[in-house]
Amino acid sequence: MNTINLTIDKKPVSVPAGTTVLEAARSLGIQIPTLCYLGLHDLNIENKPAGCRICVVEVEGRRNLAPACATDCAEGMVVSTHNIRVLNARRTVMELILSDHPFECLTCAKNGTCDLQSMAQELGIREIHYQGEKSTYRKDTSPSIIRDVDKCILCRRCEMMCNDFQTVGALSGVNRGFQAVVAPAFEMNLEYSSCTYCGQCVAVCPTAALTEVDHTGKVLRALADPGKTVIVQTAPAVRAALGEAFGMEPGTLVTGKMVSALRELGFDHVFDTDFAADLTIMEEGTELLGRLTRFLEGDKQVRLPILTSCCPAWVNFFETYFADMKDIPSTARSPQQMFGSIAKTWFAERIGVNREDLVVVSIMPCLAKKYECQREEFSVDGNPDVDYALTTRELANLIKQANLDLKQLPDSDFDQPMGESTGAAVIFGTTGGVIEAAVRTAYEIHTGKSLNRVDFKELRGLENIRSATVDFNGFPLRIGIAHGLGNARKLLEEIREGKSEYHAIEIMACPGGCIGGGGQPLHHGDSSILKARQKAIYTEDELKVIRKSHENPAIQELYASFLGQPLSEKAHHLLHTHYFEKKKRKVSIG
Amino acid sequence: MERIRTAEQLHRIRASREQMSLERREQGIVEVRVALATCGLASGAKSTYEYLVEELPKRHIEARVLRTGCMGYCYAEPTIEVTLPGAEPMVFGGVDPARADQIIERYIRQGEMVDGHIPRNYEKVTLE
Amino acid sequence: MLNEETVIRNRAEGGKTSATQLRIALRNCGVIDPEDIEDAIGQGAYAALAKVLADGDPEGTIRTIMDSGLRGRGGGGFPTGLKWQLSARPQADQKYVVCNADEGDPGAFMDRSILEGDPHTVLEAMAICGYCIGATKGLIYIRAEYPLAIERLHIAIRQARDYGFLGEDLFGSGFAFDIEMRYGAGAFVCGEETALIHSMEGLRGEPTLKPPFPSESGYLGKPTNVNNVETFASVPPIILKGAAWFASIGTEKSKGTKVFALAGKINKVGLIEVPMGTTLREVIYEIGGGLQHGKAFKAVQTGGPSGGCLTTAHLDTPIDYDNLIAAGSMMGSGGMIVMDEDDCMVSVAKFFLDFTVEESCGKCTPCRIGNKRLYELLEKITRGQGTREDLDHLYNLSLVIKDTSLCGLGQSSPNPVLSTLHNFRDEYLAHVDEHKCPAGVCRELIRYEIVPENCVGCTACARNCPVNAISGERKQIHFIDQAICIKCGACLEKCKFDAVIIN
Repeated sequence: MNTINLTIDKKPVSVPAGTTVLEAARSLGIQIPTLCYLGLHDLNIENKPAGCRICVVEVEGRRNLAPACATDCAEGMVVSTHNIRVLNARRTVMELILSDHPFECLTCAKNGTCDLQSMAQELGIREIHYQGEKSTYRKDTSPSIIRDVDKCILCRRCEMMCNDFQTVGALSGVNRGFQAVVAPAFEMNLEYSSCTYCGQCVAVCPTAALTEVDHTGKVLRALADPGKTVIVQTAPAVRAALGEAFGMEPGTLVTGKMVSALRELGFDHVFDTDFAADLTIMEEGTELLGRLTRFLEGDKQVRLPILTSCCPAWVNFFETYFADMKDIPSTARSPQQMFGSIAKTWFAERIGVNREDLVVVSIMPCLAKKYECQREEFSVDGNPDVDYALTTRELANLIKQANLDLKQLPDSDFDQPMGESTGAAVIFGTTGGVIEAAVRTAYEIHTGKSLNRVDFKELRGLENIRSATVDFNGFPLRIGIAHGLGNARKLLEEIREGKSEYHAIEIMACPGGCIGGGGQPLHHGDSSILKARQKAIYTEDELKVIRKSHENPAIQELYASFLGQPLSEKAHHLLHTHYFEKKKRKVSIG
Repeated sequence: MERIRTAEQLHRIRASREQMSLERREQGIVEVRVALATCGLASGAKSTYEYLVEELPKRHIEARVLRTGCMGYCYAEPTIEVTLPGAEPMVFGGVDPARADQIIERYIRQGEMVDGHIPRNYEKVTLE
Repeated sequence: MLNEETVIRNRAEGGKTSATQLRIALRNCGVIDPEDIEDAIGQGAYAALAKVLADGDPEGTIRTIMDSGLRGRGGGGFPTGLKWQLSARPQADQKYVVCNADEGDPGAFMDRSILEGDPHTVLEAMAICGYCIGATKGLIYIRAEYPLAIERLHIAIRQARDYGFLGEDLFGSGFAFDIEMRYGAGAFVCGEETALIHSMEGLRGEPTLKPPFPSESGYLGKPTNVNNVETFASVPPIILKGAAWFASIGTEKSKGTKVFALAGKINKVGLIEVPMGTTLREVIYEIGGGLQHGKAFKAVQTGGPSGGCLTTAHLDTPIDYDNLIAAGSMMGSGGMIVMDEDDCMVSVAKFFLDFTVEESCGKCTPCRIGNKRLYELLEKITRGQGTREDLDHLYNLSLVIKDTSLCGLGQSSPNPVLSTLHNFRDEYLAHVDEHKCPAGVCRELIRYEIVPENCVGCTACARNCPVNAISGERKQIHFIDQAICIKCGACLEKCKFDAVIIN
């Protein structure tokens, strides 16, 4: 590989060809500030439109300042990152951005976690010399996401995530000059666009131009209502990230402290979505085996591969772009919805509470879950199975409002029966986890043999698309895994063209799976945080006594006392769903 | 049309065009070019063009009225260029139908100078 | 009468001659019938293509273009031959030749005139370029607001195909080349080549950082050579008359001729083409016939919104790329606007900034917000509310926008401000310190008043005042109520006795 020698701030450095000035500077410990730049290189995610111009540096011999993020190092280059010309330019550019930004910091949803705010602090901006008209735009609220475009700084990160990584194409630059905004086509509301509510735009937005719809107020009111029994479920990925909001190291598991906090908040029963994840494996795994058996018996009608269906953004995606194949995904509802459905039937009955008086709250790493729980098919007579879906970030806010310090809370256990879960359920929180959990169960049921190892390392990792073959008693079960909807699209197109070689495919919309969900504490472009969360998930799995879903005693009891068998009529009614084509949605502009 | 495959064929077209133009000059045919680019059209050159096409035969003047692009005299649109046999081309500006009438009657018929004459202020390359 | 050689010789010898235009790019405009290919052939069209294909030496042809010294006529002045060489270098299964006809400077119409008057020269040059760089496809990116140019191009392309100048096996050489049209929506920024390419690809018309240059990765990721209309129009004469001939015209570093759209307060507004090195004075006074109504010359703006305003001090500057930049302006695509004593230079800067604010794509901060703030500062000054501090802000902001913008639009948009600040600082100071507009343009800073000695009481002004601000009986001296007056100037226009003045 070619090596390039250059000097940055009088320090010589050698880098491989193709290295940017920004990367070379970082290798020297020189932190050039960036705003629009975003690099999650382990996940092949990069945004460097060179638009904000905060990272400009002086390159000797060049007429203009160069954006460090998008300028490749060249032999003999002499770079200054902080001389007076650069500092003046950087400060002026920052003042310009701030001159077109609402000064609502104290009441802003991103107060304290805003990249723009920290940048203004770092650059020591105390006065804005250039004042004038501010651009204004209407607020747009969808079931999951709020667009407050006045706070947009045109970094285009959301656009890159939505178009390049997710290939959803809901957001792009429209209008020109001072009127330029990032918006859905024809400036329609997000609700009527192709948006899947994956929330990756929110996850990367440096300001509060894109935030989640906040449901904490509704939850607090329900908790305060003496006539309501309020129960909560927590998704597996939440426990691996919540600690970050309280200054804990990324990857710190806070399961027990989280349970204590939820109890302190006043939830009547603190349950675990992991319970429902085990249930999902029972239904989805059985469905997989059923289709596989019919396939092996030569049934030409059977559709393979089977696709996982627990990610709601992914469901929205295929309903929009691959509705012609809507009979391929598993009909199993997501764990959140299985939980809600069982809670408002089996559990409500057990504790003798009417479904109307039972409020189910879920804590999710996800924004699409907010939309999912509002889907009509997941309610009975207008009463939703899951009432409110809060994000990890919203939970952190609730905990802080209750004057609790998560770090100092004792560990405690989930309530029974819906708090019982296995290691297989925990790994739902990472890419590859759902299919690994399914394999653990399906293998044992299919072969009748006990697994001597439960860790299927070949299914793990962070590569965008992974594949592995698992020996099912002589039958090679070919598995595909994709995270990120753009990667999913590739596997889906293979299926549509009849070229797919897989029997089962797991898809998660977010980078890394739920650990990188749109509702998690912000990663600020640091992919090591996602890796740490993933490691935590697998650690929790290893710590579990039971690591296969079908061995969960609470699940066994649920079937024995209520559901009968997996895929029974009752199970179909409560735990399965059907999909819709989303093409003919009503369009509202403005 | 047969596709041209050699420089000679190209040259033959050019030569025949030159020949035709020479013959026309010998036959005493007047050539009138009307600048019909956007700027000319916006100033009314279309009426001028139509007037000339209609009037010249009516007045028994053997002439070819040709469409051409911008002559560069924006301040004097519509502009036309008149080439009398054996004379240098003459450019006239501000040629509305009334001035076109004057040009026909006085310049084309009698060779008298009329208002609106624009002295040529450029040279152009010719490609051999 | 002067002929072509004398013009060239006089230039070369630095001798004074009555300024004479030399038409190379415009050679057929106003001469041929643009809808008749044989008329074009009669003037030598497609002979250069025939020659290049017969020579069979693409590198040699590129060398000819390089030796001629031809530089891009779209504004930047990049050496055309070098651009071709850079596009010829990469190996690719497909390359493209793009003609940039997205002419967008206010008041500029050089490219439109060439396309409407001589479309074949562009088609011919694109085919030559295609042969030189190894491209078989050409695209003309033209703004949809040029319907006549589009129509004539369509006709020309059809005729060229019929005659075998486009399509397969041109002149029996085996070389195939064809041209398609792409329509732009008239965004100024799409004249920037990366933005133009994105627009052709159906993407948002906004620029991306270079490198990669289009010559490596352009349209659909393939090597692409983008040249402007006038650049292409200069190519066939260079091929037929030789590099040395072209290089003999012009100045040391700027060869050949340049087309200008001469506009503003000048007697002979028009489209002109002069050898590089002609002075501004020659263009304005000799070709342009001097200023209208005998007014005094104040400034000439070249380079459109990216250029600057030059003063009397620059009148004897020979026009070429480098001299104009040294003088604080630029060649640009060829807009040239002459201003007289009645023009307010702060307002002129504001006019161009207004255009830039509209036309910025909005991608980078300095251009999107910075230009808006520049405009607002100028607006404040023209309202008489500016301060000395604002002038400092204007200056610093201009420098930062130039220094940090992503593409040429933002990198040059403050030029009208910087050049007027530099050349007409007094005028800015008058606005700021005395709250006066010396040219009497800025409405908030002027008063229309009646000179009692001249007023005969004819009532013409009062009758024409749209807001009834003027009082006075017939044959009595009239009076303008400043509280009501909206400064429309109707009274001044109607008064036949010079009784209304601007104060």
